[in-house]
Amino acid sequence: MTIGLGHYLTVAAILFTLGILGIFLNRKNVIVILMSVELMLLAVNLNLVAFSTHLNDLVGQVFALFVLTVAAGEAAIGLAILVVYFRNRGTIAVEDINMMKG
Amino acid sequence: MIIQALAFYLFAAITVASGFMVIASRNPVHSVLFLILAFFNAAGLFVLMGAEFLGMILVIVYVGAVAVLFLFVVMMLDINFVELRQGFLQYLPIGGLIGFILLVELALVLGGWVITPAARSAGTDPIPALDQVTNTHALGAVIYTKYIYLFQGAGLILLVAMIGAIVLTLRSRPGVKRQSISEQVNRPRGDAVAVRKVEPRKGI
Repeated sequence: MTIGLGHYLTVAAILFTLGILGIFLNRKNVIVILMSVELMLLAVNLNLVAFSTHLNDLVGQVFALFVLTVAAGEAAIGLAILVVYFRNRGTIAVEDINMMKG
Repeated sequence: MIIQALAFYLFAAITVASGFMVIASRNPVHSVLFLILAFFNAAGLFVLMGAEFLGMILVIVYVGAVAVLFLFVVMMLDINFVELRQGFLQYLPIGGLIGFILLVELALVLGGWVITPAARSAGTDPIPALDQVTNTHALGAVIYTKYIYLFQGAGLILLVAMIGAIVLTLRSRPGVKRQSISEQVNRPRGDAVAVRKVEPRKGI
């Protein structure tokens, strides 16, 4: 019963699908959508690290590090936009975010 | 080997279960806490794969910074979450269908795909043996030399994110009295002190 590449990829695939499902189910709640995006990025990182260790190549881990960086920045900016939006509108419902529609 | 398998199944099961609870939980605070649990167990999976540095970074950066940021925002905003959950069951069929299709596609990709043995030695930066160089050391030796520009770029991205977040959320409220040190220091003597001639027994 050895744990191979396929096991990790399966976990990552299930996590990614859960992230997609979360975006669909919580269409109105931006916070949960952002959390789902974080879940998907985590699944991508799992894939990168799994391939990196199983193909004996360090570049995958370097790339995962950069993905982590961008994910942290994205979360910070996304939450800042959310706070500003809530301050202006008093709600975070996604359907109302069409003010800038031309 | 059996311990490794057991640890893998434990971490994987908790990761997937808490990932499910993130999207299914009624209270967003619970969602964030389950997200933290998922990150912890994913860090365990990273360590199990031999990427200790990334596992620790995951705990420090994600659990220590990002998830706590989520927690702050969820608790700070006064939102009626019950109202936001309406339509959850309405979107369940289409969301479930798309998720199922995606999962089947990923399973097909995983199933009909093999890695040639030659690919194992084709990497540009092979991982050194763990008894000679630790994972952190090996990663640092690559990041600070070969990928130094990308590393600096990542730092710039974080700087831009930081400045952007500050600029977005900073607001100057009117009607709040604040101390302006430069104004105080630059005040000329004439503004502050006035010399009056006072007549005796009259006052000002």
